[in-house]
Amino acid sequence: MIFDIPASVLFGQLTLGLINGAFYALLSLGLAIIFGLLKVINFAHGAQYMLGAFVALLLLRHFGIDYWTALLLVPVLVGLFGAALERFLLRPIANENHLYSLLLTFGLALIIQGLFTNLYGTSGNSYPIPEVFRGALNLGFMYLPTYRAWVVVAALVACFLAWFVIEKTRLGSYLRAGTENPKLMQGFGINMPFLVTMTYGFGVALAAFAGVLAAPLYSVSPGMGANLLIVVFAVVVIGGMGSIVGAVITGLAMGLIEGLTKVFYPQGASTVIFLVMALVLLIKPHGLFGKEP
Amino acid sequence: MLNKTIKPLAAALALSLTTTGVTANEGISNNEVRIGYLADMTGSYRDLGGPGGLEALRMAVEDVGGQINGAKIVIYHADDRNSPDVGANTVREWIDRRNVDVVAGLVSSAVTIAATRILEEHNKLGLVSISASSAITNEYCTANHIHWVYDTYAMANGTAKAIVRQGGDSWYILAADYAFGHAMESDVERTVLAEGGTVRGKSRHPLSSSDFSSYILQAQASGAKVIGLANAASDTVNAITTARQFGLTDSGQSLAGLMVFINDVHALGLEATQGLQLTTGWYWDQNEESRAWAQRFYERTKRMPTMVQAGIYSSTMHYLNAVKATGTDEAQTVRRQMINTPINDMYTSNGHIREDGRMVYDMYLAQVKTPAESTGEWDLYKIVSTIPGEDAFRPLSESKCKLITQQ
Amino acid sequence: MNLIKTRLRTGHERTQLYLALALLAIGLVAPFVAYPMLLMKMLCFALFACAFNLLLGFVGLLSFGHAAFLATGGYITGYLLSRYTGLTPELGILAGTLAATLLGLIFGLLAIRRQGIYFAMITLALAQMTYFVFLQAPFTGGENGLHGLQRGKLFGLIELNNDLSMYYLVLAVFVFGFLLIRRTVQSPFGQVLRAIRENEPRAISLGYNVDAYKLLAFVLSAGLAGLAGATKTVVFQFATLTDAHWHMSGEVILMTLLGGVGTLLGPLLGSSLVVWLHHVLGGSALGNWISVILGVIFVLCVLMFRDGIVGYIQKFIKRNLR
Repeated sequence: MIFDIPASVLFGQLTLGLINGAFYALLSLGLAIIFGLLKVINFAHGAQYMLGAFVALLLLRHFGIDYWTALLLVPVLVGLFGAALERFLLRPIANENHLYSLLLTFGLALIIQGLFTNLYGTSGNSYPIPEVFRGALNLGFMYLPTYRAWVVVAALVACFLAWFVIEKTRLGSYLRAGTENPKLMQGFGINMPFLVTMTYGFGVALAAFAGVLAAPLYSVSPGMGANLLIVVFAVVVIGGMGSIVGAVITGLAMGLIEGLTKVFYPQGASTVIFLVMALVLLIKPHGLFGKEP
Repeated sequence: MLNKTIKPLAAALALSLTTTGVTANEGISNNEVRIGYLADMTGSYRDLGGPGGLEALRMAVEDVGGQINGAKIVIYHADDRNSPDVGANTVREWIDRRNVDVVAGLVSSAVTIAATRILEEHNKLGLVSISASSAITNEYCTANHIHWVYDTYAMANGTAKAIVRQGGDSWYILAADYAFGHAMESDVERTVLAEGGTVRGKSRHPLSSSDFSSYILQAQASGAKVIGLANAASDTVNAITTARQFGLTDSGQSLAGLMVFINDVHALGLEATQGLQLTTGWYWDQNEESRAWAQRFYERTKRMPTMVQAGIYSSTMHYLNAVKATGTDEAQTVRRQMINTPINDMYTSNGHIREDGRMVYDMYLAQVKTPAESTGEWDLYKIVSTIPGEDAFRPLSESKCKLITQQ
Repeated sequence: MNLIKTRLRTGHERTQLYLALALLAIGLVAPFVAYPMLLMKMLCFALFACAFNLLLGFVGLLSFGHAAFLATGGYITGYLLSRYTGLTPELGILAGTLAATLLGLIFGLLAIRRQGIYFAMITLALAQMTYFVFLQAPFTGGENGLHGLQRGKLFGLIELNNDLSMYYLVLAVFVFGFLLIRRTVQSPFGQVLRAIRENEPRAISLGYNVDAYKLLAFVLSAGLAGLAGATKTVVFQFATLTDAHWHMSGEVILMTLLGGVGTLLGPLLGSSLVVWLHHVLGGSALGNWISVILGVIFVLCVLMFRDGIVGYIQKFIKRNLR
């Protein structure tokens, strides 16, 4: 017994926390990429996550497209939509104060969420768990639904792939160089604006991917991204706004902290992350892994 | 403000009219009965009351012929967006600018508490049919509103009592962390303990949580026979879905929905909810009269009515009949008439309104059918037993309502 | 440069005076033409937006947590008025304002050293925690809020239940807040603030205690936002969590942006438009589209109207009426 809670329950909660953490990591990864490389504060990330889940649902309902196809198709579709947003709405204000991108994407989030609320109401819609993942795994201290185990794996793999592309490939090096000195990169013949658009699209695609993963887990509703958004923002800020590694690690850590809070003081579960954010910002103003500009 | 000059003029005019022998309508202000319908039309409670409730209200108005003794019945409606600010301001504006006589609908407890204060201040009437909190006829009771359909006390009491008596004597309570959830939680706990059961654990989750895995895990670990869900709408739906994912019911534990409605069961489907026990005040299939009315409702809306929508019809009819009988729409007179008249209609056969505004009647313990047992899209419940009104609702002896304690 | 400014100021000042008098006249007559409750709502939010604009427009700091001050003013006033029935409304409002000012001091001390997005995020975090406190604390009534508050008699003499009297009090409060902001902005203190906004390192090199200036502006902004909240509570006779939610912080940003950041009249115009929009759309079938419409306005403002309506008009006048 630890603090009056049986060890098995504690491990169970930590496992769940880790799963949520992987989810946060995936979402904050997209945000961190967009901010780190584009200096855009994408307040529409939550709405884009919701779009991913909804498009998967609609594809299933109207075209019978199954989960696995959706997992690949939806991020591409929503990513392209994101790229279009960047090209037509964000590029015009790219040279202004970055807080404007925050406000514009905030407006976009209102529009997207509002539209879907009007079209589909606020009640959740269920999305079936794919056959192969039904049932649960016996971990000894708890029964873990198989689908949740899959979510952790998928999220961590996606995070790793994204990190690999950005840190270890030529494309990634162009992006990183481009943020330091876009004129120079342009001079080398690299089409920077196109790269920027694609990067935003990629970040949005990651959010949509998380959305498809989430669809069988939570009911698909227009509001599903809203509350998640400020949590994910907090994660990114705590991790350090440009740091991809920071976003992933902090996401996992926050999942754990939130999980523990749910055991000892569940009412505080949705607020504890802000407490952590305030504390971190006071001590390390640029986040745990952030760099001084 | 302009009303202050118009009202005395109107009074003088009315007075002069009566002396020339015009009809028995002096009592109906503006010669119109004005009803305001305030409900959540677009949010999480839309399917519970919402636009369907407005239809039910319209049906009641049509059934009395659209007028009372020549005075036209006018309906206003607005979306309260589940916000006490919007709700209170709407009611206030209706009273200030439209001279609304009665407000119906009223969803979240916060909206109702806010609105009834304003109704009290301006002496208008409220017909609360959707709100759940039992505090509405307790600490927050006023002489200006009536509480129809159900409340947290009755739901918790009815369900908990029945389940404990059947053998479900150890409970784990999962409550939404706000006033309504707290009220449910304490009502359930009290009932379970009073019936000789035990409460193995409780936890409160933030309102509108999406992830219930942690709480379900704790519920499983508690080993309680019954997991009581003291929450509503999306929270209940998410909790039930998560419980299924974690195989909660496979290991012998059962779920008790303390605030589950037919639209939730319909949305979740019988596979997910079969066996779930709940209390309901009304079910469309309960008798001939209810079936007939439900069929009319279905033709207009393509959905079977919830008990709330039925309650809106019933309470509005009762109100309009009271206005007709007394010849006035003055709040206190009509309310007194409503209290003095028993209710025997498509909603219930033995309802009556108490001094504290609470409409008391027999409720039902129901169980959700298995997919095999169901013969139609809306054939979802079987009625297990009747819960007498005196057993279900908070007895007046325990009441903190100022109308009762100051007698 | 200075000479040109002096000459402009005289002609400018006259126009400003006429404009001010015209607005005041409108303000005095308005309750006889329009629904007083709606007007009072506009004025309260106008004060809130003006307070917010002081920080954003003149110091360059975007706070994403201003709702916390609105709510603190509202709740403290509401609680005191409900608990101490003898308390006169002006004292209640004063208490609420002081509480918000104090909160502003605490938040300011914690946030002021950060810049840009980090400043915005830390104010958001602090506001979220404030929301949580208000949600849990018994005195606020949690999700239900505080209701049935009595407006009382101003100074023990003037009956505020009369909507007209209440309106003139609110108008007076707004004018007071507005003039205070105007005075601040046009004073040497305000000039230093603007210097800090334009080029903080240079201001530091000139020897100004930049943090102290920013903190003072922050506290002033917080206090006036609290005044708006406290007054609003007396007007509507309730205080709820809506005032503390981060959507409210977003709304005030929209109001200011729409009206014109860094202008004095911009927030008044922007907030009145947004409140009016809510009012007009809320009752109609378009009610569901409110957030979409607000979102579109946001996007359009950022893309094309960064100066806001008043800012655009000012630039137009400068360009064409020389």
